Amino acid sequence: MSSALLAVIRRDLLLALRQRSDVVNVLLFFLVVVTIVPLGVGPERNVLRMIGAGTVWVAALLASIISLARMFAQDYADGSLEQMFLAGQPGSVIVIGKILAHWLVTGAPITLAAVPISVMFDLGVEPTGTLVAALALGTPALSLLGAVGAALTLGLRGGGVLVTLLVLPLTVPVLIFGAGAVDATAGGLSAAADLLLLGGLSLAAAALAPWAIVAALRISLE
Amino acid sequence: MLQAIDLECVRGERCLFQGLGLELSPGQCLHIAGDNGAGKTSLLRILAGLLTPTRGQVRWKGSDITRTREEYGSELAFVGHLNGIKDDLTVLENVRFEAAVRGLVLPEGQAREALARLGLEDFEDVAVRYLSQGQKRRVALTRLCAPVPARLWILDEPFNALDARTVERVYALVEQHLAADGIVVLTAHQKVDLPSSARRLDLFGWPLA
Repeated sequence: MSSALLAVIRRDLLLALRQRSDVVNVLLFFLVVVTIVPLGVGPERNVLRMIGAGTVWVAALLASIISLARMFAQDYADGSLEQMFLAGQPGSVIVIGKILAHWLVTGAPITLAAVPISVMFDLGVEPTGTLVAALALGTPALSLLGAVGAALTLGLRGGGVLVTLLVLPLTVPVLIFGAGAVDATAGGLSAAADLLLLGGLSLAAAALAPWAIVAALRISLE
Repeated sequence: MLQAIDLECVRGERCLFQGLGLELSPGQCLHIAGDNGAGKTSLLRILAGLLTPTRGQVRWKGSDITRTREEYGSELAFVGHLNGIKDDLTVLENVRFEAAVRGLVLPEGQAREALARLGLEDFEDVAVRYLSQGQKRRVALTRLCAPVPARLWILDEPFNALDARTVERVYALVEQHLAADGIVVLTAHQKVDLPSSARRLDLFGWPLA
């Protein structure tokens, strides 16, 4: 079972490497959104400090949603999804492998990219640390919730817009606690409560989402 | 060993078949024939557990396949309309991944051997996207000769896009599998050249309900 999990992760990372442009585009999208906001609101230092964390979170959210199209659609179209479901493994193993691989190519690089970006927003050292921790804890929830939406809209016409409408409301708590953690640190308070809640959200999503995803994928495969 | 009991399949508004039952024992082969839209693919997908029948159930070794998905899957090799291989991986990577996701380690030598049996020996390290349709089909059919202990083969139009020589090779594989007490269920539009023991099921399709 664990060897199957590793095989799926390895395969998806290899595919991401071969289709580099897809992955790089998502990251560029993230960077562009983050850079464009200060151009809109003006370069006032205090304003930037105030909106920095929120901007990074919104951009991370959008980037993770546009990358969802990659998650199951290609495997569905070329039949490899049905093959994986017939491989004698629990469906949840396949799904967890795919989500982990998705997080490694979107959530993880976004978390790292937050460091130079917080310099851009002049967040300061401690809030930057909190932002990175919050992203590391919260982006898995984005991948997991996004995967539910991607599985539900698989094979539908106009699935891209629908998935955004489905997933964005679900991710609101992640956004609130993620930005709240950084605000707390910047205000001299402890961010522990927000970070714990973020971790809890990710764990809850990890426990519940795979089953929903497997059920949705089985329906799509019919 | 493989049993289908009282299957009914409704797609859209149309009832494709009703009250369909079949039973296959080790060493038996079933050829499903019928016009376009008669429900051949739907029947195969029901047998593979990908499609839920409107009524009835499929049993493998006496138990309902929807309850024993993992066990059933590990004994099943399915070649559908879609090849189920990745364009961006090489032929060898595709074949080895399929074994790996089944929890098996397929040494490179064995994988190359399996590919050679379908005449792919010079294409192992080529990305699948550069292969022709027929060659892609061969990669999918390698599922049948990789040392994966699949007892039941479900093949949906396996001969599509294949050249005459490869069709012969696939027939040889089928015969070998039947001789080893395997079970084969397949559909084919071409005239088939299956062993005389093979049974045939004709689907006619039902008029609009």
